[in-house]
This record gives sequence, C-alpha cells and structure tokens, in this order.
Amino acid sequence: MNLDFSPEDAAFREEARTFIAQNYPKELREKQNRGEELGKEDYLSWHRILAKKGWSTPSWPVEFGGTGWTPTQKYIWSEEQARADTIGILPFGVSMLAPVIYTFGTQEQKEKFLPGIRDGLVWWCQGYSEPGAGSDLASLKTKAERVTGDDGKEYYIVNGQKTWTTLGQHADWGFFLVRTDPDAKPQAGISFLLIDMKTPGIEVRRITTLEGGHEVNDVFLDNVKVPVENRIFHENQGWTCAKALLAHERSGIAGVARSKRGLEKVREIAKTENSDTGGPLLADPFFKRKVAELEIDLTALEFTELRTLAGESSGKGPGPESSILKIKGTEIQQRLNELALEAVGHYGAPYLRDLGHNANIGPDYAEGLAGAYFNGRKTSIYGGSNEIQRNIIAKAVLGL
Amino acid sequence: MDFSFTEEQSMLRDTVASYLADHYSFEQRRDALKAEPGWRPNVWKAFAEELGILGAPFAEDLGGLGGGSTENMVIMEELGKALVVEPYLGTVVIGGGFLKHSGYAGASDLIGGVIGGETIIAFAYAEPQGRYTWQDLKTTARKDGSGYVINGHKAVVIGAPYATHLIVTARTGGGQRDEGGVSVFIVPKTAPGVTTRDYPTVDGFRASEVTFENVSVGADALIGQEGGGLPLVEKVIDEATVATCAEACGVFRKLHEGTLEYTKQRKQFGQPISQFQVLQHRMVDMFINLEQSISMTYMANIKLADSDIERAKGASAAKVQIGKAAKFIGQNAIQLHGGMGMTDEMAIGHYFKRATMIESAFGSVDHHLARYETLSLGKAA
Repeated sequence: MNLDFSPEDAAFREEARTFIAQNYPKELREKQNRGEELGKEDYLSWHRILAKKGWSTPSWPVEFGGTGWTPTQKYIWSEEQARADTIGILPFGVSMLAPVIYTFGTQEQKEKFLPGIRDGLVWWCQGYSEPGAGSDLASLKTKAERVTGDDGKEYYIVNGQKTWTTLGQHADWGFFLVRTDPDAKPQAGISFLLIDMKTPGIEVRRITTLEGGHEVNDVFLDNVKVPVENRIFHENQGWTCAKALLAHERSGIAGVARSKRGLEKVREIAKTENSDTGGPLLADPFFKRKVAELEIDLTALEFTELRTLAGESSGKGPGPESSILKIKGTEIQQRLNELALEAVGHYGAPYLRDLGHNANIGPDYAEGLAGAYFNGRKTSIYGGSNEIQRNIIAKAVLGL
Repeated sequence: MDFSFTEEQSMLRDTVASYLADHYSFEQRRDALKAEPGWRPNVWKAFAEELGILGAPFAEDLGGLGGGSTENMVIMEELGKALVVEPYLGTVVIGGGFLKHSGYAGASDLIGGVIGGETIIAFAYAEPQGRYTWQDLKTTARKDGSGYVINGHKAVVIGAPYATHLIVTARTGGGQRDEGGVSVFIVPKTAPGVTTRDYPTVDGFRASEVTFENVSVGADALIGQEGGGLPLVEKVIDEATVATCAEACGVFRKLHEGTLEYTKQRKQFGQPISQFQVLQHRMVDMFINLEQSISMTYMANIKLADSDIERAKGASAAKVQIGKAAKFIGQNAIQLHGGMGMTDEMAIGHYFKRATMIESAFGSVDHHLARYETLSLGKAA
C-alpha cells in the first residue's frame, strides 16, 4: 500500500500542467474571472482543444479514443485541471452517454456517435426526469409508439414531457428514456432513444432557477418521429442502460479536485476578510475549525474515491458504492458554498446579475457567492437525490 | 407566567394578516419587485393610514398605539410570512428605537412622520471592513463649529433606496475599533454630499452603498451623546435582532407548512412522499427547529426590558437558534421539494433565500456565539 508517484507520474504531471498553461483559451479565462455566464462555444472551446490533443475522453476504452491512463494519471489530470481552474468537460456526452453507447450500442452506433462526443462537435442533453417521475424514474410516462413510415422504414412516435434538462437550450442531440410497453412492469417497458433535437415537435422551454440563472429546461415532445435505429440496446430494455448511466454519473460527481480548489478559494477569501476581532477571518477560531473539518472530510472522500478508482482498475465497474461518493461529494460542495458565503458577511446580499460586470459593489470575490449557494442546493437533489442514494446503499450494499 | 397575547395584540396580528392576504400574494410581490422602484409606496401608505401599524410601538401621546417590542414581534412575524420588503424594520423598529431611547430633541416630530408614513429611515451602520463589530468605524464626524462634517462609506444599507432619512454611525473620537468615540446621527438622504449606489439584494430587497463626502450637519443631527453612542447602538441592534428573529419565525412557518403540503400531494413509488419515514423525521426535525425558534424569540423579547447584559445575552442566544434553524429548515424545505424547490416560480425558494439572508443579519451564528460566551463567561474566560 503506497501513495508514491513514480518518476513517470511526475513527468506526466509536468506535461499536463504545461499543456494547460499553454493551451487554455485566454478569452475563456477572462470570462470565468469576470463571472460571466458561459455560452455554448465557451463550453466547447476547451473540449475541442483537448480533443485535438487526444485528452478529451481519458476514461473511455482506448479503442474508442481513451488515453489508456492509469488511475493515478487520471487522478493527476483531474488535479491539474482543478489547480488551473479550467472549466470541466460537459458530462452529458463524454461521461454519461458514451459508456452506454460503447457498452450496449451496435457497431454503427459507436461509429456514428462516439467521434462527435469525443471531439466536442455534438452537444448532448439528458431526457430522463419528468414532472411525475423524479426519484421514481421508472414511472416515466413519455411514450414511444412504433410505426412504419411512408418511406417503409420503422419509426417511434414520441409524445410526452421531460424536465430538468440541463443546458438543453444548447443541445444538438438528446438521450431519452421512453415507454415502449405500457403494459409491462415499470422498469421492463422502457427504451433508450437518441433524438436529434432539431426534429419537428420538440420544444425546449426555459426554467429559471432560484438564483436567477438559466441552466435547466422543460422539453416537450409532440409527435416526434425517431428512426428505430436510434434506439440503443433492445426495445424495452432501456432500464439496463439507464442504470449503467446513473452509476457513471454518480462516480464522476464526487468532484474532489474541484472541491480542493473551492477550499483554496475559501481560504483566500478568509485571508482577506476581517474577523470580528480585527485579524484575518482565517485566524478566527470558529471559522478556521470549520475549514479544517471540511478539509478532513474532503480527505476522507478523496481516499474513498481512490479506493474506488483502484477497484475500477482491477476490472470492477463503478458499483453501488459510488453512491457514497455522490452523497459525500455533494455535501462537501454545499458546505464549501456555505462557508464562502459566510466569509463575505454583508457582501453576500447584493444581487448584481442585472447590473453588469465591474459593478464595483463589494469585493469581486463576493459576487455570485449567494447565487452559487442557492444553485448548489441542486446537487443533493439531482443524479438521484441523496435520499435515493442512501436507499441504494441500504439495498444493494447492505442487503437490507 | 403568561405567554399569551392580549386581545389588542391578537387583533393587530389579524389585521396585518388579512391585509397581506389581500395585497401581498406571491405574484403581487414578484411583480412589484421586478418593476421600479422595487417596493410599493401604496402598501406603506396603507400600513400608515388603513392599518395604523407604523405607530404600533410608540406612545399614544405621540400618536402611536402605545405598544412596544411585543407589537413589533407580532407584526414582524406576519411580515415574514408574506416576505414583505417594505421597511418596517429600518423605519419603525430601528429608527423608532433610536428616537425613543435617546431623548432626542426632534424625536416627536420625526416619530410623527414615521407614524404618518412620510418619514422612512434606513440604518447605515455596517462598513466594508467591520464585519459584525459595530464600533469598527472608518466613517468620521469631525466637529465643525456647532455641527459636524461626516465622511465615510457604509456597506449594504438595506432599504436606503426607499429612505428619506439615514441614521448613521460615525467616529467623533477614539481609534477605529474603540468602544468610545462612537456617535449616531440622523441625516436627510437629500443632504449635499450623500450619494447612494442602489441595487437589489438576493432576497428581493433594495439596498445601497452609501457614501458621505463632507456632509455638513447641525448639532441637532446628533442622536444621544457625542462619543457615547455605542450602548445605544447595541440596544437598538438587539431590538432589531429580536424583531428579525420574529420575522424568521414567520418565514420558517411558511417553509415548514409549504413542505408538509408539497410532500402530501407529491406522489412517487405509488404513494405520497410524506409517507416515507425518513422524510417524516426530517419534517419533524424542521418542526422542532421552528418551535425552538419561537420559544427563543419570546424569551429574547421578554429580555429586551431587562438589564443591558441580560438583554444582549437574550438577543444573541435567540439569534444563534434562529441562524441554525434558518439553515436546517431552509435547506430541507428545498431538498424535500426536489427539483421544484430549485425553481424561481415556486414561493418556497424565495422563503429559503430570505431565511439565508436572515442567517447573517445583525451577525452570524459564530458572531452571536462568541458574543454570548463573552457576556456569560466574561472576557477572561
């Protein structure tokens, strides 16, 4: 048992650090520094740079474009990205859909869809939740009926409503869970469809979240015609794909490296802010203890994730244990948001979204912290709420 | 021992509640906040004329209803239930508090204006460097003839965009963090040299950064003793803290009620989610937090009439409870609403945002814990 980095690992870290320093888009950095909401091209610019280097999909199998890195290298890579405060690659295509396609898809599907995901050419969104199907995802009602088109080809006609579709306003394609057998048991009648978002009958409608942002959407499907060859895996067996996807979604959700960077930001703020006794807030015994506790909790999460990664490298896929990562990872992110907001005191209150940048109200680092705290409440709700994650552990791990 | 409200106090509660039910729905509030000026002067006018509540804590010979802090508590709780942004706290509780307690010569005229709804007051006390240490002041008031010249920057002055007058703390002597040398002034917002940079707050209020640049005021602007203002500031902020705790109780009731209602009607896995024991226990814990908050608010309200030290301990103890409850009740209300709790269109998120801002209003949990420790154990302990 050891934590040593080999000389090769050290060289890799140097390579990764240099690559980011030399290639991270300057305009993107400036937008991030100004706290601007990022647009579609912003999100994709870094993805495309990484794709050129062959680094956009480190966790994929090598034959589809993976890097073949060891778990240690993947860990170093995520650390270096967080250290440089790069934006993350959007998970919808790379981490959520792609594993489903390369595990369950046909050869044609792999060839058709994986390159666009890898190279950041196609923006994917997720059509899972419905107004009546959240935690109880298997009760979803969006239905797909099979018909033969005028061209003699087989199609599904899809009708229903999806919700909480993150960044769906930018999406080129979406992956959807639909009901293909209304008479079967809930999990048994579901299929996994890939739908071109430009298909007639699709309407994406903005949901404004409580901090004022536009991140999630409702997606309405009205007689949307989808070729049968866009179905992944067998008809009525989409739940198998859905479950695999959710496990991948959970394992990426721990966000250890990002939280380390978040902790660093809290420290920076608390060095600048004054405590009630006049010194830096970071010297305040109450505050510094909270920072220390959070750092210890983060270490516990990090080592739990490393153990999971080590398991994956020995051939086990992400199992129900990944629910631990989701629960602890999101709790830590939320506590970081709380601590940052607490640190800035009075300047947590101004709402500057509509005043434009450089409003010069309070310190720059305070802007948006309340919004981040409010928005961050979603993390214990999405991807299977933390209550559902505990159910998963109770059933699948503890056998209760 | 008696925790009941008088008939008059109960009537006051009903009057405010029924007015707000008619005029302060979630939609009416939302539309008003979106538009300029971001609050409703006609609601304020109704508070003054139709309801008469702006005189609630003032003596009858000043034109008030003859009440006190309990009336403030009753009204603030109702205002909390409707997320009212109009400046009762700044004008009546804080402004009224300074005017009542200081023996200020111009008090009766100003109180008349407050009761009539024409005088609106915002309290400019916080400074960018000062956190929750009210005597940490860079703002100065330099003696100039018989009057003073004020210079400085006040941070996040809630309600300043609506105000006609500012009550401002400034140093007339001593070092930046000394307890002595603090003075309190009342300044018309239109005084030359006062500039405000207005903005909304995350919970729907309006606030300003207020700058004083060589603002000349007469000797009659001084409230209380020159250089001896800190005890008065502490007293009024304790009263404001307790009033805010009462507001919080109103906010918490709505968060709890809304969550019960939602979980009863939201069905997953073939049953209302309120049937799941893990959620039931969570809602019970929210309820316990709410009840403890109400208890502590009553306690602190009673202690407002006690000695300085008991009053301060009571206010800080209550604020610790309220700050913790704000986090627990607010976060769990959102969690139990699931994705719906994250939307701007549902009221629950707006109560959560107010609860979050109340957490740090007049001092965070850590601030009040430390203050309580010092008050009860002494500085040496």
